Formats: sequence, structure tokens, C-alpha cells
Amino acid sequence: MAKGDNIIRLVNMGKAFHTSSGDVVALDDINLDIKEGSIQGIIGLSGAGKSTLVRCINYLEIPTSGKVIFEGKSLGDLSDKEVREARRNMGMIFQQFNLLDQRNLLNNVTFPLEIAGVDKKQARERAMELLKMVGLEERVKNYPAQLSGGQKQRVAIARALATNPKVLLCDEATSALDPKTTTQILDLLKKINEEMGVTVIVITHQMSVIEAICDSVAIIDHSHIAESGPVSEVFNNPKTEIGRRLILGDGDADSARPVIFGEGGNKKIRIVFDGHSAHQPIISDMTLSCKIPVNILFANTKEVEGKAVGQMIIELPDKEEDADKIKQYLRTNDIIFEEVD
Amino acid sequence: MDAASISMYLEETWATIYMTLISSAISYLIGIPLGVILVVTDKDGIAPCSPVHTVLGVIINIFRSIPFLILLVMVLPLTKLLVGTTLGPKAIIPPLIIASAPYIGRMVESSLKEVSAGVIEAAKSMGASNWQIITKVLIPEAKPSLLVGAAICITTILSYSAMAGFVGGGGLGAIALNYGYYRYKTDIMMVAVVVLVVLVQIIQELWMRLSRATDKRIRS
Repeated sequence: MAKGDNIIRLVNMGKAFHTSSGDVVALDDINLDIKEGSIQGIIGLSGAGKSTLVRCINYLEIPTSGKVIFEGKSLGDLSDKEVREARRNMGMIFQQFNLLDQRNLLNNVTFPLEIAGVDKKQARERAMELLKMVGLEERVKNYPAQLSGGQKQRVAIARALATNPKVLLCDEATSALDPKTTTQILDLLKKINEEMGVTVIVITHQMSVIEAICDSVAIIDHSHIAESGPVSEVFNNPKTEIGRRLILGDGDADSARPVIFGEGGNKKIRIVFDGHSAHQPIISDMTLSCKIPVNILFANTKEVEGKAVGQMIIELPDKEEDADKIKQYLRTNDIIFEEVD
Repeated sequence: MDAASISMYLEETWATIYMTLISSAISYLIGIPLGVILVVTDKDGIAPCSPVHTVLGVIINIFRSIPFLILLVMVLPLTKLLVGTTLGPKAIIPPLIIASAPYIGRMVESSLKEVSAGVIEAAKSMGASNWQIITKVLIPEAKPSLLVGAAICITTILSYSAMAGFVGGGGLGAIALNYGYYRYKTDIMMVAVVVLVVLVQIIQELWMRLSRATDKRIRS
């Protein structure tokens, strides 16, 4: 399979859980193609279904509808044994690392090889090689309890790569780490993608993680993919409410929503700047040409791939005709806006 | 204390140790699979199977609710069949196993449940089969807890074995019963009790140390 082909395809995939209080739909009609050699981000608020989605990719959760196609084969058509073999081509790392506490680092990394029936000596050599790559070759005799969070995740990465997988699934892999360690782990993932050609799938609720390493991103909201595409496209021009909220709004999805001053009953609009308009004095031009003052309630700009993108929430004037005038001005100048509560 | 009574104590102490160790070993051979089946077939286990889990759970509870002394008498025909006699330390072993294997099954179950679901999921993500998860993840990761449980189980079996006296089973319990209860020789009974207490202390301490020494979660 050549770089650039789709290594994983999710086709109309859905997952429902049967509970005592009825069926709960965790995922519905998910369509996503993941290119070989890319870093695919999947972002959403907690409860959006992203953890279930990643578990469907390696069939830890079996989708209740649709298909998961890995290297051209539908996992649903495989026997249990073949699914287990397919999983060896998909390494996985977790938020809580999930190392074996009673095994030292070396034996943690040889574990997947042991399961695959690889010769002991060969397994040790491979494990040493990987532990060296993640910078822990001097601690092979240590146990997980003796390591920091970042070190544990490095061991988990080494372990996930032991069987030479083509894909690395990362389920909130940096969410339990501090910002500095997060950067180090993300750099390591990037390096693995570039040097070993491993396709990396990153599940996260942190926009900063997507920004740092991903090529493509899919935004999951209420069990659906709200939007997806190359990071630059989605970031520059988020088309959905959840997209704008995640990318422009509150930064990380779980942080507090911005405080918006002004509890007046007036209508508010959100103006979205793309890379082009952010460098123009839009508000000044607008007030000058409409001769109507506006109240700026909230504003936020961030740089994405060298371009400034941002948003601003302004309060519209009381008079309906003044408000219409402003909206008309924005429309004629091709500036994206929407009314907000 | 004269030579005759010293040799009696030694003999009966040995009989107690013999009954306890043989029964514990065989009970564990049965109890570990029972515990594993309970955990594996549980609704959030690796091979959920509600009928097996429920039926096994009920059977275990039935055996655990029969008082040991009653069980001892109930299984006399079976004992006769298995070991050819209903007297002596040997005769106490079958009822001890029948009483303690279900108990050990529950202890093993609770130890195995301590293994985090995340670690099991990680093993699954590497393509581990259920058998590999049991032998390479569940049991090794639960080892410290299994050893703590073993200390409790073995001391319980030891105290059960003291009831052997009632059916002519021998051991320290028989001394306490025959001399202390039937002949009012309290001093002889007290010595037997002290030896029992010492045995329990030794087993408890030994197994706890073993558990601590093998637990790699403790930073050293």
C-alpha cells in the first residue's frame, strides 16, 4: 500500500450500546478516510463519542452498523483470530498508560511480542531498540511505579510499536500530562510518523494537540462527524457551531466558556475573521461607514499556520434599522457572522 | 511436661500442618479456576456469560453457607469413598477441600477484579487471546493480592482443621477437644491453642512478606 492511500476507512459506521434504560447511540453514520502516513486528529467534547470511535477502529468495540476497513479488508468479515492479528498492526496508547505494573520496562515492551509468539531473544533486542528510541534504555530494569507520567507514556509508545504496527492509535495520550511533557510526547509521535511512516490517529479534547501535529482533523459532536478535512482548512474556516467553538471559542474544549459582558436584551452577533480579514480594521470601517457605535463584548485571535484567525462578539444597537444596517455592511463585505444568544 | 506429651504435641502439630497444607494446595487448584471463571464470565469480563456466572455463583454460595461441622458429617460417605477411611487426618482433607475451594474461588475473584480494566484493554489491543489475558495479565498482575488472600485462606483452613477432632481426625484441635473439653485438662488445651495461634501468626506473616517482596508497585 502506497503512502497516500486510505489505510483505514470508516463507512457509515455506527455504534449503539444496549443499556437497561434503552439503547444509547454513541456513534452514528461515521464516514472517515484516513490516509496512510498521515496524522489524523479526532477532536470533540467529552461524551461526544471519540473514545468509542477509536475503539471501533481496532474492534475493541464492535460497530453495530457500517464497516471498518483496514488495508482494504472489512474487519467485520474476519474471524476472531484474524481480528487479533489485525490488531497487531495497530498499536494503541492510552491516557492512563496501562502498563503492566508487575513487569519491568523491558518485559513491558516485549509483552506484545510474547503474545505474538516472537522468539525471546529477538523480542529483547527489539524492545531494547525501542526503549533506546524513546530515551529510556538505561532504565530497562525499572518498574512502571518508578517512572513519571511522561516516562510511562514513552514506555507505552515503545510497547505499542513493538510489533511494527502500521497505525498508532492514541486515546487522549497526553491528557494526563503537564504541558511540557505533552510537547515532548507530541514531538515523539511526530518523529515516529516521519521516520517510521506510521499512520497516527490522535483522539483528544485539546485543540492545541491537533494544532501541533495533525495533518487532518475530524470534529465529533453528538455522535456525528460535524466536519472534517485538512487542519488548515478546518481551522481557517470552521463551518459548524461546534467547530467555531472548539477552534476559535474557548480554546480547549473543556475550559470555561468565555465570559461575555453585557446582559442587555440586545441581539449579539459573532463575527468570524479568516486569515485575510483579521488584518483589516473591520470594526472601525464598519462604525465609520454605518455611523453607528457598537459594543464589543468579546474578542479572541489566534495564529494558525501563520495566519490570524479570530472571532469577535458585538452587541447590536437597539434600533432594528441600525442593526440591519450593520448586518448589511458585513454581508456586502463578505464577512462571516452569525447571531448568538 | 514429659516426653510422651511432647511427642504427642509434635505429632499432632505435624498432623495439623499436614492437613492444612494438603487441603490448601488442592483447594487452590480448584479455587483458582473457579475465581477465573467467575471474573471472565462476569458481565464486564473478557468472555461474558451470564448463565455460567450465575449458576457457579449460586453453587459457591450454597457450599459457603453450610457450617463446616455439618459439612464434615454430610460428606462422610464421600470421604470413605475417596480416602478409604473416616478417621485420622486424611479423612478431614476431602471435607476441608469442599469447604475451602468455593471460599478460595471468591477470594481469587476479588483479587483478579483489582486488575484495572485499562490494562486488560491494552492487552486486547495487542491482539492477546482470552487465555493469554488470563495467564499473562490477570494472574501475574494480581499476584500480590492473591498472596494476601492466600494468607487469609490458609489460616482459615487451619482453624477449620481444628474441628477434625470431632470426627476422630487428629491434630491440635483433637488435643484441645479430647483433653480440654472431655477430660477438663485445661492446661493441655491451652498449650494446643497456643501452638495454633503461633502457627497462624507464622503463616500470616510469611505470606504478607512474600506479597510485599514480590509487589513491584512499591517504589524501592
